[in-house]
Amino acid sequence: MANETHMSVSVWRGDAVGSFQPFEVKVEDNQTVLDVVAWIQQYADPTLSYRYACRVGMCGSCAMMVNGTPRWTCRTHVKKVLVDGHMQIAPLRNLPVIKDLATDMDPFFDKWVAAEGVHHPTLTRNDPIEALDPAAEARVESAAGIECINCSVCYAACDTVANNPDFLGPAALQRAWSVYNDSKNADKQAVLDAVSGVGGCHNCHSQGSCAVHCPNALNPMNAIAGLKRETARNFFKRRS
Amino acid sequence: MTLGLYMAQRISALIMAPLVLLHIGVMIYAIQGGLSAAEILGRTKGSILWFAVYGTFVAAVSVHGAIGLRTVLSEWMGLRGGTLNAAAWAIFALLLVLGMLAVHGVTAR
Repeated sequence: MANETHMSVSVWRGDAVGSFQPFEVKVEDNQTVLDVVAWIQQYADPTLSYRYACRVGMCGSCAMMVNGTPRWTCRTHVKKVLVDGHMQIAPLRNLPVIKDLATDMDPFFDKWVAAEGVHHPTLTRNDPIEALDPAAEARVESAAGIECINCSVCYAACDTVANNPDFLGPAALQRAWSVYNDSKNADKQAVLDAVSGVGGCHNCHSQGSCAVHCPNALNPMNAIAGLKRETARNFFKRRS
Repeated sequence: MTLGLYMAQRISALIMAPLVLLHIGVMIYAIQGGLSAAEILGRTKGSILWFAVYGTFVAAVSVHGAIGLRTVLSEWMGLRGGTLNAAAWAIFALLLVLGMLAVHGVTAR
């Protein structure tokens, strides 16, 4: 039972089919959700599967659903999320579960590629390095999304992804917007074409869950609005 | 939702917006001092202008509504591919036929 010295933690066990297993974990002064998961795996049940790497909010590996909300667990303090001494930890929403808290991230990263968020170089390795103006309007737009750590929190938060498995999702589209605005990107049209298909940016309902839950306070919804604007502009240009 | 559908829905909305305002404006203006159905029909029967206004309105509504319901059917009922497009075309045809019947009813001599 939960009291001042211990918390009760419900952890998802299984894959798509499974159930929550209760654990008793000692409350510490400074403790993240990831610390709790690690403690359970090390001291209570070594068969628990989960994923993490850097523990400092850089790698984007440890995102999970905490009390139904997607969070980066390494930077989420237990005290912030405990409700009456209890919390529930589940695998990320909108992704297939491999086992327990580990999800299959392939659909998420496949969509990054599908959104054409890849570099199309303007120069070769033999050319001198091109200088960038950090204050240029397009550079500011591009820079707004580059702190993304690929954690998939926005993808898990998105109701459009939940209802439309084809939708590329906030992170991939934000990447496409960063690449589109990069002056070192040679093929803007490839990006616009990639985000204009069946699962493209036009599916977004601007609900904004991505911007609310992004642990780095990025705004993918704004990037998607930019893509909608540019594709609409381009729609008439290409026909004239 | 592709770019083509997105543009069709936005453009049909742009057409509808002024027509909605015109529709409501004329309604409020026309009923001042009372107006009977016979008097309305007296003005609309044989009018090419009212046929054009409400014909355009119905066409825009059919496009706009069919694309909107297509998204709802896709996201809430899981329809995909050919089934989804067939349902959207059926909704478009239904709205267009019902709407044009009404336009015909008030503007045909």
